[in-house]
Amino acid sequence: MIGRRARQIFQTPASHAANGAGLGAADDKTILSVEKLTISFDGFTVLNELDFSMKYGEMRFLIGPNGAGKTTLIDSITGKSKPDRGRIVFDGGTDLTRQQEHRLVRLGIGRKFQTPSIFGSLTVYQNLEVALGFRNRITSLFGGIRSRESDRIMATLEEVALVDRASEVAGSLSHGEKQWLEIGMLLVQEPKLLLMDEPVAGMTRREREKTGELLQSIGSTRSVLVVEHDMEFVRRFAQTVTVLHLGKVLSEGDMETVQRDPEVVRAYLGHGASGNRTVAESSQPRRGTAAGV
Amino acid sequence: MISRLSLPNAVKGLPLPSWLGDVASVWLAPILVLAALVAAPLLLSDFRVALLGKFLTFAILAMSLNLIWGYAGMLSLGHGVFFGLGGYAMAMFLKLESAGGKLPDFMFWSGLTELPFFWAPFQYAWIAIPMTFVVPAALAGGLGYLVFRSRITGVYFALITQALALIVSILFIGQQPYTGGTNGITNYTTIFGFAINSPTTQIVLYYATLATLALTYLLCAWLIASRFGRLLVAMRDDENRVRFSGYNPAALKTIVFALSAGIAGVAGALFTPQVGIISPTMMGIVPSIEIAIWVAVGGRGVLLGAIVGAILVNGAKSGLSESFPAIWQYFLGLLFIGAVLVFPSGIMGLLRGEGWRRPEWLAADRLPGFAARVLPGVKR
Repeated sequence: MIGRRARQIFQTPASHAANGAGLGAADDKTILSVEKLTISFDGFTVLNELDFSMKYGEMRFLIGPNGAGKTTLIDSITGKSKPDRGRIVFDGGTDLTRQQEHRLVRLGIGRKFQTPSIFGSLTVYQNLEVALGFRNRITSLFGGIRSRESDRIMATLEEVALVDRASEVAGSLSHGEKQWLEIGMLLVQEPKLLLMDEPVAGMTRREREKTGELLQSIGSTRSVLVVEHDMEFVRRFAQTVTVLHLGKVLSEGDMETVQRDPEVVRAYLGHGASGNRTVAESSQPRRGTAAGV
Repeated sequence: MISRLSLPNAVKGLPLPSWLGDVASVWLAPILVLAALVAAPLLLSDFRVALLGKFLTFAILAMSLNLIWGYAGMLSLGHGVFFGLGGYAMAMFLKLESAGGKLPDFMFWSGLTELPFFWAPFQYAWIAIPMTFVVPAALAGGLGYLVFRSRITGVYFALITQALALIVSILFIGQQPYTGGTNGITNYTTIFGFAINSPTTQIVLYYATLATLALTYLLCAWLIASRFGRLLVAMRDDENRVRFSGYNPAALKTIVFALSAGIAGVAGALFTPQVGIISPTMMGIVPSIEIAIWVAVGGRGVLLGAIVGAILVNGAKSGLSESFPAIWQYFLGLLFIGAVLVFPSGIMGLLRGEGWRRPEWLAADRLPGFAARVLPGVKR
């Protein structure tokens, strides 16, 4: 069993070489490798033999028209959707499709949801305390918090700029602050891979800017996968972008390249759109895609 | 999370150290309630003390429900079952003691010739008394694990526990030779060799109940102040985030549900010798829903709320049924409607200054003109 698994890990599918991502000199540089992943709901194929991979320490943006399968990809990485076929190999060996959700966190995967998912009646500090406690044995949850843990919480609050709010009830935070708190709850767990579903949705321009800087600082030390619709934000902060369309990878590369890719332009603008517009000019791609999806 | 009452201004003005203020705001109210309950037997007749002793067992029961409903957000409508199981375990012990080595009377009438095997261990107090906690906790743990593993929550969980109340009470009614059927188990003569109906025994039982109530309060207060307690509240707020924070909500919920059921069982064990009977009517759907009413009226998510709610609602129930034998149930209905619509944080919420909420349908723009003019405080 282990032998077979090991073989599968070292045999990277050829498609990875074709799209140029994830295949380094040795495979130990790949933190996440999605292989021939197929998911369908009620006969509608959402992900279609998708191949996708990320390296350690990489920040990747995932874009694509509505219904492209972005959220489904994240759901399947975090065990929320079970695939029909295919594998998701994480951190050199674990097949994520066979894991329970709460175990994935222990493996080092953190997920931020689209709408802020926090504990509204606890204080900001207690939110992080709960998030941090997952490594403890259940018996130690009855004791007090260790000073090392409390230092870790304060450092994380510093990182997400919520130190002043530590003792406030999280439900009273603004939308942007809630999003940062949720990111803080992930950071305090020190994950290897962070998955973020539209982290700047509903934020003001200033908040988006701040979130972008936060993401960059997070991305300097760990792998981050961001699903985002806001093209201005993507252009500003993304280095590598993967475009998903109809459950497959349509294009991959830096933003410049991807924007000029005629396939991408077609996918975003739908059938019959004039060909001289680029993604760059369409800051609200969702509106233009209904026909294309 | 522990109840915090706002102190009177006169107290606030005194030059007290701030920690004393903190301690007082958390512990003043519980200590006052405890003092009143300790003093009660000196002031009340034996009949009233017996009644209050029964209410105290209900208070423990209400606290056990408050732990899972008020904090972890799981509404159990089957807590009467766990209370009943504890009560039956105690009743089996008392019945065997009273039978003095012979077969208990109802078994004899039902045609049994020897003691069923599962009754035999209950002749020993050191088995029977722990069993009042263990049996309900084990049932809740088993059921809870299956339910929570399938991610059944909210109203569906409430319905399953309500079905449990129905099933268990029917089972107990049907198995007359083993459970005493509809009549339940009654006619105990002694407890640990003392006459069970003597005033002294009843006073001792009252204080034993009060001590158990105080210990349960301390246990819950400690639990809720701990990180485990915050995890319970976190599950109420967003179970998915708890799961994606690396915890297994099914395991956590099973633990707290079993603990709550165990506490309910202990309350039942204290109920049986004081009231002198345990029967399936204590385990059915109606008493199980009543427990939820006590908690809602007293104040969900406030430890003291459950105690206050259980004592006040039951006190009102016996007071009203004496004064208005025909219509007293309407008062209880109104009280519950009030707790849901007008003061959702219960009596404790009112005391803490969270005040009452004007229901949406009482808003000025929804009312006809004359009603808006008649109702006080409703501005157009």
